[in-house]
Amino acid sequence: MDFPYLSIIVFLPIIGAILIALLPHADPRRIKLTAAFFTLVTFALSLSLFFMFDQSLEGAQFVERASWIPPLDAQYFLGIDGLSLPMLILATFLGFIAVLVSWKIDLRVREYFAWLLVLETGVLGVFCSLDLLLFFLFWEVEILPMYLLISIWGTGRKEYSAMKFVIFTLAGSAMMLAGILLLYFHGGTFDMMELAGMGLEGAISTLLATAIFFLLFIGYAVKLPVFPFHTWLPDAHTDAPTAVSVILAGILLKMGGYAIIRVCVSIFPGVSQDYAVLLVALALVNILYGAAVTFRQRDLKRLIAYSSISHMGYVLLGIFALSQVSMTGATLQMFSHGLITGLLFALVGLVYNKTHVRDITQLGGLARRMPIIAVVFSVAGLAALGLPGTSGFAAEFLVFLGSFKSTLVDGIQTYAILGIVGIVLTAGYILWLLQRVFYGPAKAQYDGVPDADRLERFTIFSMVAVIMLIGIYPAVLTDIIKTGVSPIMASLGL
Amino acid sequence: MNVYLLSPAMSLCGLAIVVILLDLVLKRKWILGAVSVAGLIVPAAFTLALWGREETSFNGMLAVDEFSLFFNLFFLVCAALVILSSMDYVSKFKAFQGEYYALVLLAATGMMLMASTRELISVYVALELTAISLYALTGFLKDPKSSEAGIKYLLLGAVASAVLLYGMAMVFGLSGSTHFKDIAAAIPGGVLDNPALLMGMVLLVAGFGFKIATVPFQMWVPDVYEGAPTPITAYLSVASKAAGFAVILRVFYEALGPVSLDWGIMFGVLAAITMTLGNVVAIAQTNIKRMLGYSSIAQAGYLMIGLAAVSALGRSGLVFFLIAYALTNLGAFIAIIAISNKTNSDLISDYSGMAKRAPLLALALGLCLISLIGIPPTAGFMAKIYIFNAAVDHDLMWLVIVAVINTAISAYYYLRVVRVMFLGAPTSEEAIPSSGALRTALSVACLGVLLLGVYPWALLKIAETAVNVFP
Repeated sequence: MDFPYLSIIVFLPIIGAILIALLPHADPRRIKLTAAFFTLVTFALSLSLFFMFDQSLEGAQFVERASWIPPLDAQYFLGIDGLSLPMLILATFLGFIAVLVSWKIDLRVREYFAWLLVLETGVLGVFCSLDLLLFFLFWEVEILPMYLLISIWGTGRKEYSAMKFVIFTLAGSAMMLAGILLLYFHGGTFDMMELAGMGLEGAISTLLATAIFFLLFIGYAVKLPVFPFHTWLPDAHTDAPTAVSVILAGILLKMGGYAIIRVCVSIFPGVSQDYAVLLVALALVNILYGAAVTFRQRDLKRLIAYSSISHMGYVLLGIFALSQVSMTGATLQMFSHGLITGLLFALVGLVYNKTHVRDITQLGGLARRMPIIAVVFSVAGLAALGLPGTSGFAAEFLVFLGSFKSTLVDGIQTYAILGIVGIVLTAGYILWLLQRVFYGPAKAQYDGVPDADRLERFTIFSMVAVIMLIGIYPAVLTDIIKTGVSPIMASLGL
Repeated sequence: MNVYLLSPAMSLCGLAIVVILLDLVLKRKWILGAVSVAGLIVPAAFTLALWGREETSFNGMLAVDEFSLFFNLFFLVCAALVILSSMDYVSKFKAFQGEYYALVLLAATGMMLMASTRELISVYVALELTAISLYALTGFLKDPKSSEAGIKYLLLGAVASAVLLYGMAMVFGLSGSTHFKDIAAAIPGGVLDNPALLMGMVLLVAGFGFKIATVPFQMWVPDVYEGAPTPITAYLSVASKAAGFAVILRVFYEALGPVSLDWGIMFGVLAAITMTLGNVVAIAQTNIKRMLGYSSIAQAGYLMIGLAAVSALGRSGLVFFLIAYALTNLGAFIAIIAISNKTNSDLISDYSGMAKRAPLLALALGLCLISLIGIPPTAGFMAKIYIFNAAVDHDLMWLVIVAVINTAISAYYYLRVVRVMFLGAPTSEEAIPSSGALRTALSVACLGVLLLGVYPWALLKIAETAVNVFP
């Protein structure tokens, strides 16, 4: 076996968490540095995988396999391909950013960072596992840290929101577990690669295949979230501490999109095609309904949360348009949205920290007081609405182009065009938001409010840099994503 | 007749007598607990020395095989953990400390015999040995609640015994033998055209159902769990239940094997009703011991899935679930014992802010509650996966769906305790002290829960060998 890169990447954060829990002196600064160190090393390692990744190969690389529970034929099976590598890099990057964003936490510091790192291990495990049972195990690891992070360090109705998050997630997991068990029973293995390659659909009845597909889909749809399973998201986002919002929007939602491609579409290409119209219509509801509701929001954080719902609609659209380009676009959109919305939440956190106000109607003219935050917020906002030169443009362009040209879904052109309306709406609420919060006459009550300090500037600038990099040269990721998407296209007969 | 085969049970019984005698002469009573725990090494050593044998003795009444030896160890570990967690608790008693430990050991002796007999009469005798010791232990506190619990347990237990005996009599009448082997050979392969056999089977299920606390013989559980000394509640909920399942596996596979299709369905229906009732009623509880009482009813429901799925997979799933459940529930009760030693209260509301007063205890209790829900990475998750898999394999999809819905319901009341502990404001600032014995027992349980949650294979293998003795 080669050097176990993936195991190290997945377990490094939890080792950091244990270390933090055991550190003899609860000096907050030392705890924060430890957390930053572990997340940075994890990020660096995943970045090194990016350079070592062989783009000419399809299928999983850096594979680690060991027998885990022989009677169930479950394996400790890690590996990454073109789909998971971008997610892994995104997750490790945002993991590091989340630690930086949390630098000003002073309540129960030790526990906070320990849970944050445990959360990261769970998420990384999801992106690296190629065994369904292992995947499910990691999927569930995230629940407890999220529950505690929201309910202890959150604001507002935090306990209610945390509980709602847990209940939705558990209900989704229960469905997913039923689906996984059915899949295991009929396919005889938990190995995702094997399940995707065995043509399981042909072997079982259409009804059963459809049932399994939707059991799994609902489990992931709760996470993405897809209308009507989205109601936990605005609450959880609004009441979570800033760093947790960043992780929630940046990584956790992506677990849903990633799993839909990795499990639902890969294993059931036929069912995906049969129900593509329905799912694309659902995507459209997400895009338009999400955007429409976003308009009505007065709470800054809630507004960004609802915009996430709208943007995740593009991901769903791209996936179920079922073309190489659109699915590549959907994966890129996940990466890009993770950065952009992560950045927006970080900025909202900064604004709130400094003004202690989140109500948009009470804010105004902040550009004069905090020019750097205002500029970065504008850049992030423009990226969210898909301005060329940012990652948002590259991703959304690919999604719409791919959807429009798709040959497998009837009437997809209409849906694609309707989806573009979503971009117009996004432009509307983003620009209106910028105007109300940052521009206009300065308000006296915000006199003397400071701008971003050095650490905060470093954090937000580094995110902007990546957004720009992907926007200017998207091929850096799309070439890799294509190697992950091609096998799925092959199974669809493309 | 090979008396050596009986050595684990005999040495355990001897240990109980030694403890009583020591109680007469010793002034420093803590030694009694230490002797009880340390003495458990002797029966454990005998058990390990017998490992691998497959023999019967006393005219086929007593079986020594991997199944009985596995359960010997299981009960010894349970007894050890219960005694370790009792030491603080018992030190408050003015008298009868020796009797307390001796009764715990005698009950364990009975349980060991329950898992090793192959004959109806000795099943009954072993069961009564366990039950009578436990009746006495339940009423041990002698306060009104404890006495009421004891008398209730005794009365209902006596009724259950009568029902069980009646069932045994019917089976005996039909087959002409009390030996499992002969019963299996004598009974016909279907119960529907044989009402007496059906009746006998139902009565057996009822009698054993009392032990494992399944519907409709679960009504004693909440009162007895609430009133009994907390370590004994833990003992009842884990070891006594496991003994019930062990004896059910023996009787139903070895004696009633030919009609397995019929009792499989019966257990399936009972499982669905039991878990639903346990979980739904648990939601309304305000006392943590009562809540765990109803939770243990629900867990019995999950366990019975392993009986409903009549296969090697179902049996090993059941045994593995028992291990996971035992560690988890013992862990939860040990944490509760530690907390109530200080607060003298079992109300869930008094657990408010426990995470600040006793962070490690709260974390341990939280871990065990999560394992009871079945969230990874804990033993409870693996146990559920494995037993659900057995059920799906046996075409019991409907039962798995019921169980999964139940799991979601149960998350509500288990997590409520977690929420109170971690989010509530502490009612006082006082830290919760805990003795070394308690801490040891708790760490063993929690490490076991975590270890089984990520690497279950080692114990799964043992569970599989244990149940391989059945056809």
